[in-house]
Amino acid sequence: MIRILSRDVALAVRAGGGFGLSLAFFLIVVVLVPFGVGPETAVLAPIAPGILWLGALLACLLSLDRVFALDREDGALDLLATAPVPLEGVALAKAGAHWLTTGLPLSLAAPFLAVLLGLPAPGHLWLAVSLLVGTPALSLIGTFGAALTVGLKRGGLLLSLLVLPLYVPTLIFGADVARRGAEGLALGPPLALLGAVTAGCVALLPFATAAALRVSLR
Amino acid sequence: MSGLVASDLAVARGGVPLLAGVTFDVAPGRALILTGRNGIGKTTLLRTLAGLQPPLAGRVAPGGEHIAYGAHADGMKATLSVAENLGFWATLHGAGDIAPALAAFDLDDLRDRAAQHLSAGQRRRLGLARMLLTGRDIWLLDEPTVSLDRASVARFADAVRAHLGRGGIAVLATHVELGIEAKGLDLERYRVTGATGGPGGGDIFAEGAVE
Repeated sequence: MIRILSRDVALAVRAGGGFGLSLAFFLIVVVLVPFGVGPETAVLAPIAPGILWLGALLACLLSLDRVFALDREDGALDLLATAPVPLEGVALAKAGAHWLTTGLPLSLAAPFLAVLLGLPAPGHLWLAVSLLVGTPALSLIGTFGAALTVGLKRGGLLLSLLVLPLYVPTLIFGADVARRGAEGLALGPPLALLGAVTAGCVALLPFATAAALRVSLR
Repeated sequence: MSGLVASDLAVARGGVPLLAGVTFDVAPGRALILTGRNGIGKTTLLRTLAGLQPPLAGRVAPGGEHIAYGAHADGMKATLSVAENLGFWATLHGAGDIAPALAAFDLDDLRDRAAQHLSAGQRRRLGLARMLLTGRDIWLLDEPTVSLDRASVARFADAVRAHLGRGGIAVLATHVELGIEAKGLDLERYRVTGATGGPGGGDIFAEGAVE
């Protein structure tokens, strides 16, 4: 499992792996928003947590269709399915690799980009925390969607439609944690709910993903 | 390890039944060569034997944990080197050293080259070298000799013979004479006729098993 994870990270970081794509997309969104809504901090600061979370979520979505599609094309998915590793483990490793190459860099970059949107100082820490807690759920849900659509030509559209509603709880609680953090309010309940969504995804979705893969492989 | 047994197996691709009543038995140390024209269902049968898709009817024993499947698509990543690709599958299958597999298919000189810079034949040898690392008893190989030169075909035949000598089993879909002592199985007699859905079609199964 660790081996699958490290291989996928290595593949993503090498040329043509699409590692920088999500990060570049996130950067572009955040840089362009002040041009769209105006540069006044009074306007930007209240919407900054929402914009940053939305940008991170859409950036995650960008690289999802690669999660299984590349392995399916070159036959590696068939070989993984016959290898002595449970498909649940493959699913978890794939989600882990996706998070390490998108969610983690996005979480670490977000506090710096938050400066561009005038997010008040205490919010930076909580923004990073909320992304670190919430983005694993995005990767796990996305991996599940990728497994459902892996057998389809141009399944990317269906994947986005399937996954977006499942992203809503994470987006609501995640942006709420960042907003309350920026305003200095108590953020226990939304942070706990955000963590609960992620924990539930870790516990359940690898099994759902493996079941979807078994159907897709036929 | 008691051999590979398929009894009364029926397979379908994309919902269309292709073969029915396929029955054979391969003892340890023996090979079976599948023949039949393009599209008859050789790949589908191999995938079913590998447990990648369920049969329409009948059964296969043993299950997937004894089987190594080698297809056209070899699962090798273009940006990883030969040694990295093989090393990945070796650790996944719990095999220690990739050196014997590299030597068996003459890949030693290419070990640090990225798979995307290999020729079609070299790439094919890389895919076949993976079979040695799986440590599985039963090899299922789909057109293994495509784009191999004569020397490489001989190397491949040696590898299969060595595998059979260890008590392994090989099922090959190939039309190339490998010089391996093997039973032949012509799939033509198991073809489901009228598979495209004409009236009265669909139940005309060939009779009899192959000895």
